[in-house]
Amino acid sequence: MTRILHTFHGGLHLPEHKSESNSRPIAVAPVPRVLVIPVQQHIGQPAKPVVQVGERVLKGQMIAQAEGYVSVPAHASSSGVVVAIEERPVPHPSGLNALCVVIETDGRDEAVDFVPMPEWLKEDPSHLRNRVRDAGIVGLGGAGFPSYVKLNPGPRTVVDTLIINGAECEPYITADDMLMRERADEVIGGVRIMIHALQAGNCVIAVEDNKPEAFAALGEALQRSGRSDIELVQVPTRYPTGGEKQLIKVITGKEVPSAGLPVAIGVVVQNVATAAAVYRAIEQGEPLISRIVTVTGGAVATPHNLEVRIGTPVADLLEFAGGLKSEPERLVLGGPMMGIRLQSREVPITKTAGCVLAPVPGELGERGPTRACIRCGACAEACPVSLLPQQLYWHSRAKDFDKAQDYKLFDCIECGCCTYVCPSNLPLVQFFRFAKTSVWAQEREKKKADRARERHEFRQARIEAEKAEREARLKKKAAADAQGAASPDDAKKAAIQAALERAKAKKAAAAAGDGEQ
Amino acid sequence: MLTAIVVFALLAAAFGLLLGFAAVRFRVESDPIVEKIDAILPQTQCGQCGFPGCRPYAEAIAAGEADINKCPPGGEAVALALADLLGRDPQPLEGEAKAKMVAAIDENTCIGCTLCLQACPVDAIVGAAKQMHTVISSECTGCELCVAPCPVDCIRMEPVREDIGTWKWPYPVIKVTPKKVTEA
Repeated sequence: MTRILHTFHGGLHLPEHKSESNSRPIAVAPVPRVLVIPVQQHIGQPAKPVVQVGERVLKGQMIAQAEGYVSVPAHASSSGVVVAIEERPVPHPSGLNALCVVIETDGRDEAVDFVPMPEWLKEDPSHLRNRVRDAGIVGLGGAGFPSYVKLNPGPRTVVDTLIINGAECEPYITADDMLMRERADEVIGGVRIMIHALQAGNCVIAVEDNKPEAFAALGEALQRSGRSDIELVQVPTRYPTGGEKQLIKVITGKEVPSAGLPVAIGVVVQNVATAAAVYRAIEQGEPLISRIVTVTGGAVATPHNLEVRIGTPVADLLEFAGGLKSEPERLVLGGPMMGIRLQSREVPITKTAGCVLAPVPGELGERGPTRACIRCGACAEACPVSLLPQQLYWHSRAKDFDKAQDYKLFDCIECGCCTYVCPSNLPLVQFFRFAKTSVWAQEREKKKADRARERHEFRQARIEAEKAEREARLKKKAAADAQGAASPDDAKKAAIQAALERAKAKKAAAAAGDGEQ
Repeated sequence: MLTAIVVFALLAAAFGLLLGFAAVRFRVESDPIVEKIDAILPQTQCGQCGFPGCRPYAEAIAAGEADINKCPPGGEAVALALADLLGRDPQPLEGEAKAKMVAAIDENTCIGCTLCLQACPVDAIVGAAKQMHTVISSECTGCELCVAPCPVDCIRMEPVREDIGTWKWPYPVIKVTPKKVTEA
């Protein structure tokens, strides 16, 4: 039975540039001299360091623990000594620093004992989820959402379909492609574990049709595993098929509601690399300490994929990959469409970094001069979420964020299709990012203002109460004075008498307490 | 004739009772417009508007006694939101909009006089007489009211540090490159 595939609105056919890096096998990158491991490589709360400076750590040892529900731990990716826990540049569009654990490696690569869970089929799904969390696994497709949260749909939610995302639609990147080709058994193993963890009814592995080798490798691995219930489908190559909501549309024909999660329509999507990481965490007990990274672009001498330890600085990675043959125009972490520009080569490879792109000048296309929006509607045609980018652009540009939200600003997946097709070369997606982060900032400020108001009002009330109390006391005193004004000694005597009585009562109480004991 | 008078009298009495009941039952504590204005103001309680706090300023605006452009911490965004809410014309901000600040006490110099504690409108300073004081940065509104009372000048205002969680994408700058004039 072949599955009837659906299409999503818009999307683009982009020059693929995948053959540069997928003709060579995955190389294993050596251990770098220094590992810089950010405590936050995921969406949610940052993890909290649990090691001290000067402490020796082993490969696979937890160095930062999860804080809160949406959080995962971080692990040392080789053995060595913690030399610093400090703010370092991290891969982020802001170029700002964040807390990192810096490990000077000793080259011995000693590991902690990994405890596999071979009998996982008999385990309760919650045990599997805990193991996935403790292994620090996040969505390796790029967003970095903690995987165990996605494996926990809730007690009343039934997951109808688990979709395994092997689309890898972004140009240049071949990390998932090479993983599927060379480690198809790991992928299938992880998929089986995730089906069990989710108690999913169906499972579909989707691979874009520009990766026939990966498709074939997965097919063979599926046959070896004997799992005929897992469906393997080829989906047409189109950017951004690998987007979660787009892939769901292609596979199931269903649309995820605006501002909703896929699980609302009974679907969970996981990336192929995440599946492989889950396999390693369960079957081999190994936490997420390495990932496959594509090093490519016109400036790279030999573009290929490397298995890189998390925390390897980009400068070291470029060296391990054979270096650059010319000065790149810039360094991009991720693909040309959604990647971020790296402002330093010292930033480390994190769990979500799938590609380091070093293009030569002009390789990614020259952007011509920016002109005014002519309302041609090309962006609306290209938008895979069926938004109206030209409207969003007007409102974002005018900083009218309420209007922008009326036009579903937060459904934008920032795929960059609109910017790519704009004949006026407008930085559309940049405006949407600006608008989104501005709205978040406003919300934070509002929250803070509400707290400040509450505290201020409480303070006012307290001051009022204190004042009233003081006044009452003064009044009482004045009344007492008026009564016994003639004999201030009387008041003193009364006070002494009261104190004596209090002391007596206390003594009696103490005696009673002793008697009881 | 008499029936009509009786009917109308009864109706009047019934509606009167109904209105009286509604006035008690659905009593509005204060002017709701004050609440709305207060919700827009940034709650720094700094007094830069000339009123002792955000709420008194909101009341003054509602009463038509104050302009809507006297809130420097709120900046243009607040002035525009107020203009929108009240249907008044937006005016240029009076005073300068400054970057967000947070107070910090130099704890080595602090003598524990509690003057700043009394000045802080949101109880964001902890300490006691002759004990070291310190600022709870997450609660500080940056109003600067604690700076002046300090007898040893140990309070300084620092710009709020930006981190990855609070970072905002900058407003895109569209570069305009003039066309090169080629000589014919």
